Amino acid sequence: MLMNLDWEFIVESLPLYGDAMWLTVKLAFWGILFSLIIGLLFSVILYYKVSVVSGVIVAYIELSRNTPLLVQLFFLYYGLPKIGLHMSEMTCAIVGLTFLGGSYMTEAFRSGIEAVSKSQIESGLSIGLSKVQLARHVILPQALAISIPSLGANAIFLLKETSIVGAIALMDLMNVAKDLIGMHYKTAESLTLLVLAYLVLILPLSLVLTWVERKVRYAEFGD
Amino acid sequence: MTDSKEILLEVQQLQKSFGDRIVLNGIDLQVGKGEVIVILGPSGCGKSTFLRCLNGLESVQGGVIQYRGQNLAEGNVDWPEVRQHIGMVFQNYDLFPHMTVIDNILLGPLQVQKRDKNEALQQAEQLLDRVGLLDRKDAYPRQLSGGQKQRIAIVRALCMNPDIILFDEVTASLDPEMVREVLDVILGLANQGMTMIIVTHEMGFAKSVGDRIVFIDQGKICEIATAQQFFTAPATERAQHFLDIFQY
Repeated sequence: MLMNLDWEFIVESLPLYGDAMWLTVKLAFWGILFSLIIGLLFSVILYYKVSVVSGVIVAYIELSRNTPLLVQLFFLYYGLPKIGLHMSEMTCAIVGLTFLGGSYMTEAFRSGIEAVSKSQIESGLSIGLSKVQLARHVILPQALAISIPSLGANAIFLLKETSIVGAIALMDLMNVAKDLIGMHYKTAESLTLLVLAYLVLILPLSLVLTWVERKVRYAEFGD
Repeated sequence: MTDSKEILLEVQQLQKSFGDRIVLNGIDLQVGKGEVIVILGPSGCGKSTFLRCLNGLESVQGGVIQYRGQNLAEGNVDWPEVRQHIGMVFQNYDLFPHMTVIDNILLGPLQVQKRDKNEALQQAEQLLDRVGLLDRKDAYPRQLSGGQKQRIAIVRALCMNPDIILFDEVTASLDPEMVREVLDVILGLANQGMTMIIVTHEMGFAKSVGDRIVFIDQGKICEIATAQQFFTAPATERAQHFLDIFQY
């Protein structure tokens, strides 16, 4: 099978894949980063049950988790301009990923926060910590350690989800492969490169996350 | 005892209920400066709840808790401020697992009290030395035994320089051989004039550390007496019955 591949074509296509990988990395980086920020912020607001804001956040989570990313992107890219809101493809993709990821990250942080025991909280209160100090020094560090596995899984999920941004005309990995297949009929070569490109991106991330998980587990838990 | 000394904390007709269930039904107690009060009573009598009401971990439904000119039983108490003066040590130590021993102790003094780092560190190290754990100051809680953790938790409360420390069954989770090291620390504090309210099931300890014994049953104080009186000739039948259970 390897012998039948058109190696010349593969070598020539590498720069295209390289550019697309860079685009995927940029999209995933910003999408994951903003999702984490939103998740942290929203989970703390939910934890303290800030009245109206909490309701809005719950509604957002339901909307975000129960609609496909493709639909969300279409809405941002084709829908919003109708009411005069134009965004570049890149901005749309990052906003879309953040809209999707924010809710998943919120839920991940929230489960971590809820897992911090009541006695830890009382212990923090008993030395006079304020609500904000309690969150910063006692609840969040422990919640973060508990949340790391699901935060990591969400990060990988978001990176994989970037594969549909071709729908709004971005030349990401998936789109490059589709183009090459369409133009040159080199299906086997294009798809092999596609799979390899994603593996090269995701495997290291996955390994790093496993390492981080082990680190925080040992640092935080066990009597 | 309380006549001659300054009253630090005064509780009048304290009422606490969880839903329909009345847990504290009119508790009256005066705590003098430097006094050690030991609260005894059968399980579920409300003694731990009483302690928790004193530093705002439970809301109360009625009565007065007079402390430093304010009523802690009212709704608008600045608890982070009050808790700096009324410290608490819990049954399960509850050190922060993600911080070293010294960081556990310094969190309150540095973040809440905004004290000078060197000064607070010096006090923390002195206190650690006093409980024999200075060499463990950079350890994490998981690396310590139960008795060590509880001694650290006491130091954490002490380093806030509180007026009063509340001890909520602090030896109940410990292996028997570790109980003594913790009780010795508390006894040491008593001898230095620390004001303490102690809930415990250790009768021998109650006898040797307590200035007064407060016996609570079914949410009410049945008897307040000196330790000597209480353990030799309790005035009420219920207290006598309670003591009989512990005479093995």
